[in-house]
Amino acid sequence: MNKALKRLYLFIIFLFLYAPVATLIVFSFNSSKSRANWGGFTFRWYSELFHDKQIMNSLYYTLAIALLSSLIATIAGTAAAVAIHNMKKTIRSFVMNVTYLPVLNPDIVTGISLMILFIFIRLDLGFLTLLLAHIAFNIPYVILSVLPKLKQLNKHMYEAALDLGCEPVKAFFKVILPEIMPGIITGFLLAFTLSLDDFIISFFTTGSGVSTLSITVYSMARRGINPKINALSTLMFIAVLGLLLVINKRSSANNKNETARIGNLI
Amino acid sequence: MKKPWLSYPYILWMTIFIIVPLVLVLYYSLTVKVDGTVVFSLDNFAKVMQPIYLKVLWRSVVLAVASTVICLVLGYPVAMILSGRDLSRKNTLVMLFVIPMWMNFLLRTYAWMTLLDRKGVINLLLGSIGLPQANILYTDWAVILGMVYNFLPFMVLPIFSVLSKIDRSLIEAAEDLGSNSFKVFIRIIFPLSLPGVVSGITMVFMPAVTTFIISKLLGGSQYTLIGNLIEDQFMRVYDWNFGSALSIIMMLMILASMALMSRYDKEEAGGGLI
Amino acid sequence: MENSSKRVLSILTVLILLAVTLTGCTGNEGGAAGKTVTINVFNWGDYIGESTIRDFEDKYPGIKVNYENFSTNEDMYVKIKTGGSAYDVAIPSDYMIKRMLDEGLLNKIDMNNIPNYKFIDQRFKNLSFDPGNEYSVPYMWGTVGILYNKTMVDDTIDSWEVLWDKKYSKQILMPDSERDSIGVTLKMLGYSMNTKNVAELEAARDKLIEQKPLVLAYVVDEVKDMMIGESAAMAVVWSGDAYYCMSENENLEYVIPKEGTNYWFDSMIIPSTSKHQKEAELFIDFMCDPEVAFANADYIGYATPHSEAMKLLDPELTSDRNAYPLMEDLVNCEIFEYPGDEVNKQYNRIWTEVKAD
Repeated sequence: MNKALKRLYLFIIFLFLYAPVATLIVFSFNSSKSRANWGGFTFRWYSELFHDKQIMNSLYYTLAIALLSSLIATIAGTAAAVAIHNMKKTIRSFVMNVTYLPVLNPDIVTGISLMILFIFIRLDLGFLTLLLAHIAFNIPYVILSVLPKLKQLNKHMYEAALDLGCEPVKAFFKVILPEIMPGIITGFLLAFTLSLDDFIISFFTTGSGVSTLSITVYSMARRGINPKINALSTLMFIAVLGLLLVINKRSSANNKNETARIGNLI
Repeated sequence: MKKPWLSYPYILWMTIFIIVPLVLVLYYSLTVKVDGTVVFSLDNFAKVMQPIYLKVLWRSVVLAVASTVICLVLGYPVAMILSGRDLSRKNTLVMLFVIPMWMNFLLRTYAWMTLLDRKGVINLLLGSIGLPQANILYTDWAVILGMVYNFLPFMVLPIFSVLSKIDRSLIEAAEDLGSNSFKVFIRIIFPLSLPGVVSGITMVFMPAVTTFIISKLLGGSQYTLIGNLIEDQFMRVYDWNFGSALSIIMMLMILASMALMSRYDKEEAGGGLI
Repeated sequence: MENSSKRVLSILTVLILLAVTLTGCTGNEGGAAGKTVTINVFNWGDYIGESTIRDFEDKYPGIKVNYENFSTNEDMYVKIKTGGSAYDVAIPSDYMIKRMLDEGLLNKIDMNNIPNYKFIDQRFKNLSFDPGNEYSVPYMWGTVGILYNKTMVDDTIDSWEVLWDKKYSKQILMPDSERDSIGVTLKMLGYSMNTKNVAELEAARDKLIEQKPLVLAYVVDEVKDMMIGESAAMAVVWSGDAYYCMSENENLEYVIPKEGTNYWFDSMIIPSTSKHQKEAELFIDFMCDPEVAFANADYIGYATPHSEAMKLLDPELTSDRNAYPLMEDLVNCEIFEYPGDEVNKQYNRIWTEVKAD
């Protein structure tokens, strides 16, 4: 392929990817509510956005759920990965197959099955059920990120630590944990972003008074075009851009998280 | 470290949050309520097989396949260009490609509502250069567009990662032996990239066939997909039994196609032509 | 190596502490101390005055309102029926109130706690779905009709049949709500909106499937935005939404077709899941305060059953017989009734089949 042609093709694809985002950003400054004409530059939608109780609440819940669920899932998932790593082969393959289920299953099936569970055990749908659901779908991703690191681990190091008189717990924290830390961090970031972006599972497992940003956007979008969503999109875009730049600086491998996820899937 | 009790908490968790919920879905799908008592029945599955619901299933598959094919056709060249060597600032470009994907899924879909509306930006642009208006919002095309837009990165990234790992010397050797670039592509690059293609297809097909948001927001609730049908049974009709049967069918469909894909992947990974 | 893992551990600890304090905040918001009570109010989208909730919270500082929307009666029913969430006040329509009453999903309202109930016009008491006025307090009422854009439609619109006119292909918006869409089709065919005859329902289904290619979209709350933005020529809408749209776009006009239509009553009820009966009654009473009811009706555009509020409204509106029809205008019209579980399943099936086709 000719270089100019390649550039042109890439340009068109990037146009396709960015045109919608760019439109939202431009229209977030449009003082007219209609998207057909330009009514002048304004910050009005931004100030309305920050005064919108519903949006601010859902932003808070989104962050709280994402942070809490990914942290708990990271700790629990790491412990589970260590446990799975030490299982007998037959049990291990059974446990791994079950662990894969939420990853392979369509989100809508995971969502409704958890909803049925919560209603079955008479748990009021709300913050707790939402958190549990997010932890439940995050743990497998953490396990899948940590396990490969455990497999690469040099067994003898841990044994050497024990031989040198180290207690098992201490040996774990001093020898094993640092080695598998990259996997744990990948798992945490993966869990955090998945939780942040989730709509379907939250939609089915949340109850009155607790809604995530995705759910709020969904109910707003179903009511028509809303300039406040444009302002929100702009801020989200800037946040994502900033976050990615930081992560990218830290380690260039991290922007392939999704690739890692994909790699793990198959 | 061989301490079996270490694994008990996770096995318990897994049982409660993975196995039990799915067993409950299965239970609902295999029962119906008759005069307040629950009885075992295959009626729900029989209902899924009614022509009208098979049509929904068929439509979901057709739309998902169409989006997957479009993603592959559009995405493969992108992955190739991005993995190419002759590109300056490659990392930046890859990152630029990923950014929109990190935006909230709902916001991305909402953006297309703004663009495609009859009074939206696209028609505004078309009108200003004197072209006829395109009214594609609330059609199948809008749904496919929404799927392609949302899932394109899922196609590009796995292919990109496989292509990036291809040993350059293989290609150079083929070129030295007189293969033209088309032949190199057909005989070397494409076969080697197949695992990525297979992952890409699965990654796009799965969310596309199960979505209910894209069809609701961009399809104007006109084109019921299986995802919509399931959502409807749980959130409007209150027929959890039928909804569960639909979920089980969908789950089996997905798991079967995954198994099929991974087998295909293994067979093909050894090399050879398409 | 040791250092880096310690650093990560300390970062994790900080994050956990942060997360715990974050959730701690919500705990307090929920009023664990017993000083503030949060009531969950469940209402249709865009169906309350701009500042009504705030005014209520100002008047009763001990009560916080968590306000949520649904878009159809059926959506609301499922949320309350499954019992995953405890709502304290909901505002369903007539037939759904009957259904919920039959299924034991409603609490009795102590009318002694609703002194403002006396302002509700006699016409709206003792309705068929709540003959003893024990379970519901009227909120708004209205009709279903066709909202159309005069610049996009040249015919005179007086019949539901225009919704099947090929001339308006991809210009028609239908409600994504089973009783409403099936109802107007039944009326068009000359049947009752409350038919229990499966053959009539199936005839309506075939008609709706025939109409599908002409329909731009099935919508609920989006309809206002789309009609005001002139994205479609006509829509089947509830009267209040029509009046709201007409105030925003002067090209729009609302008619009640000659075949007759559905007239409906939305009433406030207390679901049996409620944990705050007293506060819920305070809320209902507040909504019936003449000033509040006036501001509410004035803002959302629906017809109020409140006699005092009606006096305060613009006489031009209250004398408009499309907005405030008199009983003699409603000869062909029907109130939706709950047809019973078996027939209701048929309605569900018909609508699912229309959407699935």
